[in-house]
Amino acid sequence: MFEVIGKSLKTGVGTTSYSLTPAEVGSHTRGKPEIDWANWKDARPAARVCPTGAIEFTDEERKRIATLDLGKCIFCGLCADADPAIHMSNQCELATRERAGLKLSAKYQLNSDGMHERLLENPAAGSAGGQSLEAVGQQLQARIRSMLGRSLHIRQVDAGSCNGCEVEIVALNSPIYDIERFGIHFVASPRHADMLLVTGPVTRNMELALRKTYEAMPAPRLVVAVGACGCSGGIFGLNYATVGGVDSVLPVDVYIPGCPPNPHALLHGILLAVNRWRGT
Amino acid sequence: MNLLPDLRIVLDELTERFGARIEHAHAPQPNELYLHTKLELVGALCSAFYKKYQGRLAGVFAEDARAERDVFFVYYLYALDAAHGFVFVRVPVSSDNPELPSLTNAIHAVNWQEREIQDLFGIKLLGHPNPRRCVLHDDWPEVCPLRKDFDLHTKLPPFTGARHRFREVEGEGVFQVPVGPVHAGTIEPGHFLFSVAGEPVLYLQLRMFYVHKGIEKLFESLPIPHCVRLAESISGDSSFAHATAFCHAIERAAEVEAPPRARALRTLCLELERLYNHAADIGAICTDVAFVTAHMHAMRLKEAVLRVNELLTGNRLLRGMPCLGGVRFDFEDDQMRAVAKFVDDFEKEFKDLVELIRSHSGTRDRLETTGVLKPEVTRDLGIVGIAGRASGFDHDLRRDFPHAFYDQVRFSVPIFTEGDVQRRMVVRREELFQSLGIIRQVLEKLPAGPIQIKIEEVPSDRVALGYVEGWRGEIFHWIHTAPGNRLARCKVKDPSLQNWPALSEAILGNIIPDFPVVNKSFNLSYSGTDR
Repeated sequence: MFEVIGKSLKTGVGTTSYSLTPAEVGSHTRGKPEIDWANWKDARPAARVCPTGAIEFTDEERKRIATLDLGKCIFCGLCADADPAIHMSNQCELATRERAGLKLSAKYQLNSDGMHERLLENPAAGSAGGQSLEAVGQQLQARIRSMLGRSLHIRQVDAGSCNGCEVEIVALNSPIYDIERFGIHFVASPRHADMLLVTGPVTRNMELALRKTYEAMPAPRLVVAVGACGCSGGIFGLNYATVGGVDSVLPVDVYIPGCPPNPHALLHGILLAVNRWRGT
Repeated sequence: MNLLPDLRIVLDELTERFGARIEHAHAPQPNELYLHTKLELVGALCSAFYKKYQGRLAGVFAEDARAERDVFFVYYLYALDAAHGFVFVRVPVSSDNPELPSLTNAIHAVNWQEREIQDLFGIKLLGHPNPRRCVLHDDWPEVCPLRKDFDLHTKLPPFTGARHRFREVEGEGVFQVPVGPVHAGTIEPGHFLFSVAGEPVLYLQLRMFYVHKGIEKLFESLPIPHCVRLAESISGDSSFAHATAFCHAIERAAEVEAPPRARALRTLCLELERLYNHAADIGAICTDVAFVTAHMHAMRLKEAVLRVNELLTGNRLLRGMPCLGGVRFDFEDDQMRAVAKFVDDFEKEFKDLVELIRSHSGTRDRLETTGVLKPEVTRDLGIVGIAGRASGFDHDLRRDFPHAFYDQVRFSVPIFTEGDVQRRMVVRREELFQSLGIIRQVLEKLPAGPIQIKIEEVPSDRVALGYVEGWRGEIFHWIHTAPGNRLARCKVKDPSLQNWPALSEAILGNIIPDFPVVNKSFNLSYSGTDR
């Protein structure tokens, strides 16, 4: 017993102060791909190397609409290797309330050889990563206290994930990220839960279990889709064994991109969801 | 044919014994021998490999070759650990009325794999003791997803939730405890049905494949470079090992070898993957016997590894690092120094944790003699990896089939015979210390030079086996290439597929409250199993 206490005292506090301090990610970390839209010469090389179709384009009458979908992106950085107009930032707090907020589209006039002649329309100021965390943090306490008695209970469901997202979700309970300091707990039963944290893609074999878990929750309830696969089906997409992202089965309140999203990104998305709480 | 001397002996003896009935033999690699024969020889060859060559049936899978050859091919993969070679036996199965005599009665290890063939290819198993569906759940229509005429994007009718009929266990005082697929913790989905009499478990039935995502079919639809990213998503905590096994297979098919520096960096990353998973598992085993403090310390250690992963490769799970022909990122000197310092710090902290656990007699009481997997059961079920080594199966691909940089480093393979939860934890502990040693040796011997060889296009109609000893155990990726830099087939074998049935054996006679810790001591991948 004394050894146990002694070890804890010797170890001290290892917990991060995030969200009061910035995310502790290095400069090498691959987060959101930043596209220099005005100087982007050609969407095709990046689209060709993108394994999930996160960078796509459609051509029509010498015009091109090029899209970056953070909900599909697995942050591999292959597009940045292939295209000098793209670089990988370390921005990881990308959660949004709307699926559309993860899509950034720009319109280009094309040359005869299919290169971009000029930018016609800037990417619609997608709200990707737009929510200021401080604002979220300030409202959080009041919201949780009034709505949920300072305690948000989360039930996690793996509806088809590769287990990568789970590795990071488990880290929220580690002493480093310690989600309980926000009054947020992971619970064993959906009947105790206010929020369903779902990783995907939703498989055909899990669809019913996911619906039943959701139905077992008391209202009001929130659903958060985690990871590229939870947001969109990710690299697995839609096939004979999957039914796509979480929103193809349940109404989703917040989307957290990433492959997997790191614990900071998960905290950001969960806090964002709580801030939005309006009941169902 | 360039063949390892020991495999040459095997081939010569088998040719002498079976003559022309072995129609063709070829060896694309010195340790990878293919024997083409007919169905009637499968039993005799199996018996020869087991009895004479200390082989084990490490995989059974099928391939739809009806377009080219008007048959299905079934492959039996034997690992001959002592001879350091792999032997594939390939047999045709008629396309009109596809039937396959089952080996499960003799080799229990292939029970699920044979049923997978039946589900995914529509090849009927003859004589299988339990030929029910496994990959496709009961409500699936009659489809054969891995047949070439089945479209990946086929839309099937919605799930109706037909109830699965479990085997009935009856008797006075016997009752059933169903658990899952949604579990109490943050883990993957699967269904466990316990039959108990009082507290002890009489029988445990597993129903898996809830996260079947059509991965093997998907491999056939993607250009080969994209497949690397798909391989990373087979089992999230083994991202690097799976993707490296895949790249290894492609490299063997293309007849190139990753440069020495790339192989060294692969070894480094594989060991980092082992570190974070073993540390997390040791902690989780402690938490399942209510020693949560140890778990918290283990989580700190795991986090430290994940941050090193991020520092080195830009991703905490080492994603994005693997690529065909080598690795994607080289490490600068300051990163190397950071790893060296990390190894020292980690070792010190981990020794403290080991001491902490050792000093806690209550933990040991709960772990010893709990969830025993007997060595003879291990042999029968072909259990590999950590669980195999804790139950007397002395094997490790890193030693027996050196890949990456493992022929350049020294390490030992911990083996125990007790097979309880304690030993599965101790295997992890010892492997973790060995990993630290391996990382130090890699840093010391790191060769200079390029980190990848460009592989533009892989020639078509090549077959190759890629293998990696992941932290759970052996991972195999078998590929058959198609024209246009694509794959005709990619068979993925995660050690979990092999090891799940061990859980049903290890839990017998234990009480349900010990199930979480027994399950955690195996810590098998659901996604890797279900694909």
